[in-house]
Amino acid sequence: MKTPLLQFTEKGIYCQQANVYLDPWKKVDNALITHGHADHSRWGHKKYITQHDNVPIIKHRLGAIEATGVNYNEKIIINNVTFSFHPAGHIPGSSQIRVAHKGDVWVFTGDYKLHPDGLSVPYEPVKCNSFITECTFGLPAFKWRPQQEVFNDINEWWKTNKAEGKTSVLFGYSLGKAQRLIKNLDTSIGTIYTHAAVENLNEVIRPHFSLPDTVRITADTDKKAIAGNIIIAPPSAHGTPWLRRFAPFVTATASGWMAFRGARRRRAVDRGFVLSDHCDWNELLTAIKETGCEKVITTHGYTDVFSKYLQTLGYDARTEQTQYEGENAETNEENEVTS
Amino acid sequence: MKAFGELIRILDATNKTNEKVKALATYFKEAPAPDKLWTIALLSHRRPKRPVTTTLLREWASEAAHIPLWLFEESYHIVGDLAETIALVIPEESVTHDKSLADFATDLLALYNKDEQQKKEYLLTTWQQLDYYERFAFNKIITGGFRIGISQKLMTRALAKATEIDEDILAYKLMGDWTPQTTTFNKLILEENEEDYLSKPYPFYLAYALDQEPAELGDVSEWSFEHKWDGIRAQLIVRNKELFVWSRGEELVTDKYPEFEVFTEHFPDGTVIDGELLPYPNNSIGTFNDLQTRIGRKNITKKLLEKTPVIIKAYDVLEWKGEDVREQPFKTRRGYLNQLIQLCKDKNLPLYISEVMHFNTWEAAAKERERSRDVKSEGLMLKRNDSPYLIGRKKGDWWKWKVDPLTIDAVLTYAMRGHGRRTNLFTDYTFALWDNNELVTFAKAYSGLTDAEFRQVDNFVKRNTTDKFGPVRQVTPELVFEIAFEGIAPSKRHKSGVAVRFPRILRWRQDKKIEEANSLDDLKALIIE
Ligand SMILES: [Zn+2]
Ligand SMILES: [Zn+2]
Repeated sequence: MKTPLLQFTEKGIYCQQANVYLDPWKKVDNALITHGHADHSRWGHKKYITQHDNVPIIKHRLGAIEATGVNYNEKIIINNVTFSFHPAGHIPGSSQIRVAHKGDVWVFTGDYKLHPDGLSVPYEPVKCNSFITECTFGLPAFKWRPQQEVFNDINEWWKTNKAEGKTSVLFGYSLGKAQRLIKNLDTSIGTIYTHAAVENLNEVIRPHFSLPDTVRITADTDKKAIAGNIIIAPPSAHGTPWLRRFAPFVTATASGWMAFRGARRRRAVDRGFVLSDHCDWNELLTAIKETGCEKVITTHGYTDVFSKYLQTLGYDARTEQTQYEGENAETNEENEVTS
Repeated sequence: MKAFGELIRILDATNKTNEKVKALATYFKEAPAPDKLWTIALLSHRRPKRPVTTTLLREWASEAAHIPLWLFEESYHIVGDLAETIALVIPEESVTHDKSLADFATDLLALYNKDEQQKKEYLLTTWQQLDYYERFAFNKIITGGFRIGISQKLMTRALAKATEIDEDILAYKLMGDWTPQTTTFNKLILEENEEDYLSKPYPFYLAYALDQEPAELGDVSEWSFEHKWDGIRAQLIVRNKELFVWSRGEELVTDKYPEFEVFTEHFPDGTVIDGELLPYPNNSIGTFNDLQTRIGRKNITKKLLEKTPVIIKAYDVLEWKGEDVREQPFKTRRGYLNQLIQLCKDKNLPLYISEVMHFNTWEAAAKERERSRDVKSEGLMLKRNDSPYLIGRKKGDWWKWKVDPLTIDAVLTYAMRGHGRRTNLFTDYTFALWDNNELVTFAKAYSGLTDAEFRQVDNFVKRNTTDKFGPVRQVTPELVFEIAFEGIAPSKRHKSGVAVRFPRILRWRQDKKIEEANSLDDLKALIIE
């Protein structure tokens, strides 16, 4: 049997023909990177190739690395294999990677979502034969409401807190979720203050994406000036002395996991908003259908359940073990950033 | 139903008790009377008899969601709540309705006598018409167990706010076996009733756990000691030849303990005592498991009364011959208690006194505390001789000095995914102890580790799975944990022959190999005969 175009090895997703890896988790020579979250872009590879907007993001996260930027849809040919990056709509600078060789076309989604978030370049379906997809929220219990409805709730929440003389503290991962929140808040209500981890990334992202004005919280920030406004901070800031000095405040988290009542209750936050940068159940099914693929490989999330269901729909579906971790990895990353 | 769905949404969105009460009070002001009555009924566990089995609910919900049943079951397992899972998987439709909560509740009552096809048609149509929170609430009416952080007590408080009727009087009005079919909101809540006032309890005085060396409390002779009994803290009121039993949650539970009715014949008019309600099978204090068989029961059968009778172990007197004596010193109040016990002597009443002890040294007191498990208590209560009976949880005059939990080192043998936020982590564990060369399951626990530790163990589980049984993973026995628990009793229902109370993970014994874990015999040795 001939070697498949992409294989799952202990270092990552590997294209033997071109000797490159996609989002590898162990050190390799040539890495094609979908996006800047910690589980997809790791430290220690010799060369990184990624979409232009992601270059400053991974350089910010990983320091002095050798990274080359390419445009969406630009073709890179390595030993007769054609690679190209396509918008994934997950976070700013996120891509799917298309790999083609002699009519065999594979797409690796990295992380993605279908509905535009107003900030990152929206997802574009790419035709392929084999589709490697994440399925972080691959259960029929996950269905996202339209983003505008969620932000109406968030803005309403902020307004109410302000009227009660309280500061709103909204937790979101400092890369991606934080900027999406900032972009869609109603700035007529007040000022957006940011935790350093968030503002550092805002600075990296701002040259390529338009974001409303934000104010970095420093040691000199006047506590009284913040009252009634909103603070965007990574989840790891919860319960820290850093946060406590802004009392009285009300806390909330924005995440896909907030879809479950149990999760909302167990989080020690006052409010949970269901807002995810990953596909929900229907988005996953739509995406798969639109690629026209026959083969599906599911990576992180409810992989077994999801691929079993795809089989009942007639797809040649299976699961591969990877070290991608979905929304959890993004949380872990926050711990790294702030500790 | 729109307003009720919205109420559930608001209650669900906040974890602040005050906001919950406020939202509920607003609802009680604005909703039509029949809806109010149904809301009270639902929040006090008076839902209509379940018209369909959960098996059918699952089948029909998967059909309505256009997904195979196994996929519905997987989702249910991960969500952890049937009503919520159904609400989540059913697709949103544009059709709607204009029915009230009372309308739907009445539908469900009528549904009980319909055939299966009619039931199915009704549910499928209704699910489509409701929005997410209405659908969730509707399902909860069928399955029960709202768990939205509204106890009967909080509901009563909200109702008091809305109606301006005293909370304790409302609690009394709400007791008994009324249903929305047998009464109206007006009759149940609004109509004045002389009797309502007779039942009024006093707020309980609660102690904090001792947070210092007992010797720092000063002269030991200023203190009275009692064992801390492990039952339900209760207040018994006899006024006007009527008995009222209130539990610590300040819920009226008179109906559940008919054996106390006899006190009305012997207690002086205007007597209120504070004590511990305890199971008393075979004329000795039983386990909390015994008491469980009484707590949950609505129907108290003669058989149950014989098998698991209850007694009251009296701590204190709050009202004596119609006079509020809470300001008087503890010593004086105990004098009244002794008088009451004298009055009831030789009458074979389910009334016992919680004996007061005095010690010459703190060391002697500590020795008595060591003995707690032998006498089936949880430790000691320390009360200042001259302390008044205060309101709520207060520091200073009363302290609880509990014994340390029992612990045992056990081996992790199975793991299951957690619920909610932890759905993608294996955080629900089963632990086993050695029985000869075999590991025998003895407890399940899912709390006590830090998030970082849970992630580490999760990683271990994923890499060391030896078998899968549905959602359960069997793992290589390798990790040892110290498990703490509060109580232990022999049990026929458990494979190990032992039931432990409140098991939780105390710490991960990374220093121990599985051979060093404890045996089942070690565990059984902790049982006090
Ligand atoms: Zn990501
Ligand atoms: Zn990912």
